[in-house]
Amino acid sequence: MANDVILETRGLTKEFKGFVAVQDVSLKVRRGSIHALIGPNGAGKTTCFNLLTHFLEPTRGQILYNGREITGSSPASIARMGLVRSFQISAVFPHLTVLENVRIALQRKRGASFDFWRAEGVLNELNAKARELIESVGLAEFETTAAVELPYGRKRALEIATTLALDPEMMLLDEPTAGMAHQDVDRISALIKKAAVNRTVLMVEHNLSVVEHLSDRITVLQRGEILAEGDYKTVSVNPEVIQAYLGAGHG
Amino acid sequence: MPRAQKIALAVMAAFFLLAPLAMYPIFLMKAMCFALFACAFNLLIGFGGLLSFGHAMFLGTAGYATAHAAKVWGFPPEFAILFGTACAAVLGLVTGLLAIRRQGIYFAMITLALAQMIYFYYLQAAFTGGEDGIQAVPRGVLFGFIDLSNVWAIYGTVFVIFMAGFLLIYRVIHSPFGQVLKAIRENEPRALSLGYDVNRYKLLAYMLSATLAGLAGATKALVFQLASLTDVHWSMSGEVVLMTLLGGLGTVFGPVVGAFIIISLENYLAQLGAWVTIVQGVIFVICVLTFRRGVIGELGSWLKKPL
Repeated sequence: MANDVILETRGLTKEFKGFVAVQDVSLKVRRGSIHALIGPNGAGKTTCFNLLTHFLEPTRGQILYNGREITGSSPASIARMGLVRSFQISAVFPHLTVLENVRIALQRKRGASFDFWRAEGVLNELNAKARELIESVGLAEFETTAAVELPYGRKRALEIATTLALDPEMMLLDEPTAGMAHQDVDRISALIKKAAVNRTVLMVEHNLSVVEHLSDRITVLQRGEILAEGDYKTVSVNPEVIQAYLGAGHG
Repeated sequence: MPRAQKIALAVMAAFFLLAPLAMYPIFLMKAMCFALFACAFNLLIGFGGLLSFGHAMFLGTAGYATAHAAKVWGFPPEFAILFGTACAAVLGLVTGLLAIRRQGIYFAMITLALAQMIYFYYLQAAFTGGEDGIQAVPRGVLFGFIDLSNVWAIYGTVFVIFMAGFLLIYRVIHSPFGQVLKAIRENEPRALSLGYDVNRYKLLAYMLSATLAGLAGATKALVFQLASLTDVHWSMSGEVVLMTLLGGLGTVFGPVVGAFIIISLENYLAQLGAWVTIVQGVIFVICVLTFRRGVIGELGSWLKKPL
């Protein structure tokens, strides 16, 4: 059923000078699933994300979102279609408060905010919704704190709340649990699970227990190419995958 | 507006209303023109994160346009100022379309290059009077009944323009647009990933900044009855950076204080001649090394209230 595929890439390739970062990647992400993209360092996972959201221009290949080609669309318009990404380094607005961070995303619903003559008081009607989102990620007590002062795990939570504020149809999460303490990892993965209801999630993740716990389907990349694909059980026993992760001699 | 800012606003307004009792009105008018210029510049760098190194082109262009309109075409002052400001806005649109494509130092370099082109054009063009500038610009009669040759009439006019410009900038900073602008300053890729066309927001900020810098230049031309190359020279673009840094980048009142300090130095140390530049340089170094947030920035953080 073609209708079941929300995001598809066909022969996606990105060449940098003398180096192929992503080679001929054809990927299908099913609607409503949590799909993980894993692979050793330098496998091209983040480059893939950058291509999908047009932060980088693909050298070759096509990207289809809901059956519509988005290969040439601008990053902002891709986001407005409902395909919203997060970043590897936590992407918050450091000197805005937690409430303002989330409100910036909610503000998108007003359309373009070019109204420089209007008082920012008009944004207060978004506060209730913003607080609801902040509470859902456990940041209620930090509402008036500047994002820069939050500990790392909380920043990631704020980032997810901001992304959810757009109510995206599909979320791309780039290493949502990277560099996190253990209890934070559990909280964020619970959050992703909750957010993924009625949504599609494509995530890059290194923490294999998170991958095992969350994802319905896994694609393994190595040196820019797809090495294996399937559910965790299939992929984790694939000798090529084991070798890619642990190096020769462990196969 | 938070209480601390309301108090600061009242203090500022009272100061400019009462100061002419103790200081030269012409000096105070100069200070207000530069304060507005610095506030317009601060709108772009302090809230949009864009360092323009060519803002003199807006100040100077509006000055020439206003002076020419008032002197040669006989425009009344309100239309001369409007015309000068509109010229700066158009220049802002054209140069903005080119400059906002790049970020950081490249943005600064493009604005500098464009401003230099404008400078050399004015140096050669016949209507600007070259090195002489446009002199003896008539101040005219505002709205047909306020004779601006009266010093209090022009003082009042400059005060109203300054306050209106200042309050407009305040509103822009605290508008839905201002929120997006701050988000772009804080994290541009993230703003993009939330679906904001960041370049269009930057262009609007750049144009608003150019227009208000133009308003300052247009007013200044009528105050001094002169439009000259000084206002389009690159050193003027540098001076406004200094004013803003000294007063407090990204603060509401900082640029006003910074402009006032710099204009005072130039005025009261004028007998030192070329040494003024050196004094300014020393102040700049001290500011960067010891109070990086500027006078108002430091004061605000000490009071724990944004000013």
